[in-house]
Amino acid sequence: MSSTAWTRRLERVVWPLLLGLVLLLAWHYSVAWTGSKVFPSPLDVRKGMAELARRGVLWGYIADSLRRVGVGFCSAMVVGIPLGLTLGWYPAASQVVNPLIQMVRPISPIAWIPISIVWFGVGERSAIFLIFLAALFPIVVAAMNGVRNVPSIFRRAGRNFGLSPLRLLATVVFPASLPQIIIGLRIALGIAWLVVVAAEMIAVDSGLGYLVIDARNSGKRYDLVVAAMLMIGLIGLGLDIGFRQLETVKAIRWGFRHEG
Amino acid sequence: MQASTAKKAIDAKLRAKGIGMSFKRDGNTTAVLENIDLDVGEGEFLCLLGPSGCGKSTLLNIVAGFLEPTSGTVMIDGESVKGPDARRIFVFQERGVFPWLTVEGNVGFGLFRLTRAERETRIAHYIKLVGLQGFEKAYPQELSGGMKQRLEVARALAVKPDMLFLDEPFGALDSITRLIMRGELLRIWEAERKTIVFVTHDIEEAVQLADRVVVMSTRPARIQKIVEIDIPHPRDISSPRYLELRDGIFEEIGLAHKI
Amino acid sequence: MNLLVRLRPLGFIVLLLAAWHVAVNRQAVHLLPDPLQVAGGFVELIQRGLLLKYVVASLFRVTWGFCLAAIIAIPAGLAIGWHRRLEMALNPFLQILRPISPLAWIPISILWFGVGDVAAIFLIFLASLLPLTLTAINAVEGIPAVYVNAGRNFGLSPVRLVYSVLYPAVIPRLILGLRITLGIAWLVVVAAEMIAVNSGLGFLIVDARNAGNRYDLVVAGMVSIGLIGLLLDMGMRSLESVRAFRWGYSED
Repeated sequence: MSSTAWTRRLERVVWPLLLGLVLLLAWHYSVAWTGSKVFPSPLDVRKGMAELARRGVLWGYIADSLRRVGVGFCSAMVVGIPLGLTLGWYPAASQVVNPLIQMVRPISPIAWIPISIVWFGVGERSAIFLIFLAALFPIVVAAMNGVRNVPSIFRRAGRNFGLSPLRLLATVVFPASLPQIIIGLRIALGIAWLVVVAAEMIAVDSGLGYLVIDARNSGKRYDLVVAAMLMIGLIGLGLDIGFRQLETVKAIRWGFRHEG
Repeated sequence: MQASTAKKAIDAKLRAKGIGMSFKRDGNTTAVLENIDLDVGEGEFLCLLGPSGCGKSTLLNIVAGFLEPTSGTVMIDGESVKGPDARRIFVFQERGVFPWLTVEGNVGFGLFRLTRAERETRIAHYIKLVGLQGFEKAYPQELSGGMKQRLEVARALAVKPDMLFLDEPFGALDSITRLIMRGELLRIWEAERKTIVFVTHDIEEAVQLADRVVVMSTRPARIQKIVEIDIPHPRDISSPRYLELRDGIFEEIGLAHKI
Repeated sequence: MNLLVRLRPLGFIVLLLAAWHVAVNRQAVHLLPDPLQVAGGFVELIQRGLLLKYVVASLFRVTWGFCLAAIIAIPAGLAIGWHRRLEMALNPFLQILRPISPLAWIPISILWFGVGDVAAIFLIFLASLLPLTLTAINAVEGIPAVYVNAGRNFGLSPVRLVYSVLYPAVIPRLILGLRITLGIAWLVVVAAEMIAVNSGLGFLIVDARNAGNRYDLVVAGMVSIGLIGLLLDMGMRSLESVRAFRWGYSED
């Protein structure tokens, strides 16, 4: 029993490592075979990564990107959760506002760049505004649907005990919709991370997105481009894993299907 | 016995008169309940018995104030029922417990008006009453179906209601747990003497628990017969009187008691 | 009465437009256009024939990128989901690639395909590929074991098992995934056009701003993006309401 569990865990490590090795070799030899001077081989990328770390800009850029995501995402949370709860609580309100949300939502957050620059100028606040916008919609929609999907049995139980509407919202509706809100927050955080990189490519001059575009524009340093992309991927993954820890909190866990 | 029933009828705890209920769907009106008159005495254990979908749950929801009847009135303690009330708690199947609260949190849910100390003694008392000691900090997902059901009963009792409405509360439990739960419910009822209205489609369950069994007909539901179960608790479920009453209800519903 | 209720959202939008109008015109100098100027911008775009041209350009890129991704990702994802070891091997890589903004691929895409349509299509392809693959993998893993066992129990051949059990069980989730991914593709095409090409709605926005601060055209472009995105989403939603696919949506 425990030995099969152990081999399973081993398999989880061995297969990805094996595949990773194959992919790295394929990458390395296809670069060597095509004789590309521009596209980096894995070794070049490793050197690029070391160079970035040594120059010290990498940490500054990571901090910039994370700060923008942090501020934008948190303000989206502060605005979006109450807004979504309200809209879910009053069906009439959501009926009125919903068409507008549906129409604004498909506009790429990046398309707001010109407007955001008019309002906030080029720089930090502009980028944060874009992230705020990008994260806002998934959060609002998740909170709204969360409230709507609260099983009526919970609401009825709450009413039965004579709760005031506000107390009902705080002690029944909000906790009951929390799992869905958390899912929405996780999606929003993922989107925020996608958008910060895009926004940094256009609107500011620091951060990981800027690193990608700058490494290309100033001297076709594709080793740095790929190194920056890897960092973006790893940090994004880290954020997601960190957020998933929330789902294991006992008061929330009931809302998630857990394997095993 | 005769005298006590007569007395019950005079100061009825709950009095439903001329209850009718119909739903409109796709332009058609379906009558679910028709002209129901029902009195429930103070401290009585009453079972509403009928086939699935006959409208007995609808009736329970009406007397509990969750639904408004199309016609008729419900009076409790001489006041007409206008909505749900914390003096009368509705117990769902075990999925009504709040999964985001611990056992303590669930039992204390309705006690927000009490001081902290009062709340804690009350919670401890009812957790003990339903036998969930040791699980105070557990979340419902860690409990079995029967434990969740007891938790929901404890949550209801903790606010000291005068009435309990139970809607097929043991329907989702396995038959052994169900038997145990019936015993528990009777024990609690005898300790606290609440008025209980209990909906079930299980004839045995009704005869084991109730003072009176209200047999309801199929749609539109009417009261077909009210059977008084005059066996003292604890009931011997192989006694001739028990079997006689049970078989009487089987016949009333139109089932031959044979397979 | 009912009609009045239905008209409320419209009323709300009119109210917002009025507020916008007043807010803009209260300032003496304003860069941002009021709603009337945006309407004027629309008329100008239509008269110059730009709107149709750019809409077609954007849709062309989305269609190619999205369809290519679907053709590759769905079979690949289904296969990966079915073979546990393959899934184990690939999963970490998919998880690292997923958080990389498709736009971060722009330098590489331009290196490989030059500035132009192919580079933009490649970006949309990339942006759609991962979500679709992950959807397909999850769809296979989400098939209730009961279905598979029932299929085996009735002695179906592997081909029939795929055809009559797996395929119908997976379709509802795939359609949901396709809808979400189309939304992503539409977000990305606009962003890609702002950087990598010189046509399309994204280009329109950047160009209108850079060439003379024509913010009326910027907002007109944004409104068009929103409307088309909405139409795409509604189109995909109507797929969800097809009877044969519907059972999957009542569950969650």
